[in-house]
Amino acid sequence: MTDLPTRSIDLKAVLSASSPTADHSEGMSYLQSVPRRIVTLYLPLAIIVVILLFPFYWMALTSVKPDEQLLDMETYSPFWTWSPTFKHFHKLLFESYYPHWLWNTMYVAVCATVLSIFASVLAAYAIVRLRYKGANLVGGLIFLAYLVPPSILFIPLATVVYQYGLFDSPLALILTYPTILIPFSTWLLMGYFKTIPFELEECALIDGASRWQILIKIVVPLAIPGLISAFIFCFTLCWNEFIYALTFLQSTSNKTVPVAIVNEFVDGDIYRWGSLMAGALAGSLPLVILYAFFVEHYVSAMTGAVKE
Amino acid sequence: MADVAIPRAKPQMSEDSAWIQLKHNRNWLGFWFMVPAMAFLIFFLAYPLGLGIWLSFTDTRIGRVGHFVATENYEWLWDDSIFWLSVFNTLLYTFVASALKFAIGLYLALLLNENMPFKAMLRAMVLIPFIVPTVLSALAFWWIFDSQFSIISWSLKHLGLINQNINFLGDTTWARICVIFANIWRGVPFVAITLLAGLQTVSPSLYEAATLDGATRWQNFRYITYPLLTPIIAVVMTFSVLFTFTDFQLIWAMTRGGPVNATHLMATLSYQRAIIAGQLGEGAAISSAMIPFLLAAIMISWFGLQRRKWQQGESND
Repeated sequence: MTDLPTRSIDLKAVLSASSPTADHSEGMSYLQSVPRRIVTLYLPLAIIVVILLFPFYWMALTSVKPDEQLLDMETYSPFWTWSPTFKHFHKLLFESYYPHWLWNTMYVAVCATVLSIFASVLAAYAIVRLRYKGANLVGGLIFLAYLVPPSILFIPLATVVYQYGLFDSPLALILTYPTILIPFSTWLLMGYFKTIPFELEECALIDGASRWQILIKIVVPLAIPGLISAFIFCFTLCWNEFIYALTFLQSTSNKTVPVAIVNEFVDGDIYRWGSLMAGALAGSLPLVILYAFFVEHYVSAMTGAVKE
Repeated sequence: MADVAIPRAKPQMSEDSAWIQLKHNRNWLGFWFMVPAMAFLIFFLAYPLGLGIWLSFTDTRIGRVGHFVATENYEWLWDDSIFWLSVFNTLLYTFVASALKFAIGLYLALLLNENMPFKAMLRAMVLIPFIVPTVLSALAFWWIFDSQFSIISWSLKHLGLINQNINFLGDTTWARICVIFANIWRGVPFVAITLLAGLQTVSPSLYEAATLDGATRWQNFRYITYPLLTPIIAVVMTFSVLFTFTDFQLIWAMTRGGPVNATHLMATLSYQRAIIAGQLGEGAAISSAMIPFLLAAIMISWFGLQRRKWQQGESND
């Protein structure tokens, strides 16, 4: 009970209600006994985390299991293997187009992301800081564009892509993905640009800087964390995109990883599981590694777009 | 948006002249800054959206220009039992998955908000299902729900609970349960982490005060956490409902709409009719039929949000 008064005097924690309220070191957890905490907190948490991560464990395990162990669940315990093999990965890398698909996915994701970020930086800056006539309306429309799902656009887009002669070319995806990415990243960046003090821009304007110079030399460098968030989140969305890639690409070597795995690896072979899971794992790893380095940015991108 | 713009506008008008100096060409500059984003959104979003609605009134097929047939596609769909089955499936899928995602996500957010060792690492791990491409994790589920070599069937058999393998994706009821489960699995991290961000803005002193007044844990949640979270809940659930309703890839990777169309959603059905069968007009009609539902979902959450704002303004006094 002794730490109650100190907590209530801790003005900083009370006032900074908007920032994540710093580690309230013990908080009120002393009110709960240890057994009670185990039952109400650790046990349910452990169950949920195990369920959330099990498919990845299973994916990884399957991808290194030898074929005979995959299907014979009686002689070998299915939950572990003592003789891991890289046969499936070998098959993936040297006997299929997998490196091609990985490269396609990467190429499309990077190009679409860069294009979208470029367009979004300009648009967000214009909406927040140029405040031209109707800026708020345009901001609202862009938000609405965020709510238009790809599943109602892919049919007309397929005809558009065909008319423009982009069918079966990575360019079709590079040009259509920004419709998903621009609304999202514009809203995210608008939030970041709003936090940059006006005074900085005013000083630059007085010194004779043009709008373009202000954007490139002042606003963009100050919004780097926001740009990183937008970039990696857009990259993830591109990597995850499926229906456009499925509809607009046809030849095997042009496909992206998610589409290729679903279409090319699913044959009648009963032993396909190993290489299928190896393909799924190899397709997820780049994103998981990226995520591991930028966890904070991911979370701020996710919550930033929702908060507005 | 409007209430953000007003206080911003004040200093710029009263204080300095540099802003006013540039005002005469601000609209012009603004136009050029908007060109790249608008070009993408108009050519690849607004135009196709209109074109999709137009296509739904034509009998276009792949490789053949269509003619205007008025509402023939819709009349055809009206009598199509598979279409109605897909509408039913979509609504079932959306309602069940969204409700459970919300319940489990909120619960998980509350758990993660507690103090414990390895908090940061746990939060990072929870988000992994959201990071991995949906199709790839759906394939893992496909393997987990395999009819012969499912690890779940194996475990249950060895626990003595069942005698033979469950035909997870071959039986209509089980298939529905499995795809809904996979959708929940994929959506919970998003709901949990965004709600957690909302939870962290709630000052702990509120709970302390309430606890001193003798509030139980449930009362703490009901009268402090829940009212303060409602705005963010409304936004998160709008997104969740939208993306669940228009889901495609999870179903396509796991069941492709089978068995006997039990898991066909409107999105998968429109893909099958439009791209595989080549009936672009009919497919466009199915996807256009999704628009009213989406509008309803957006409206409900939008007006829900407005009401919350007003309520909050009153109670914050």
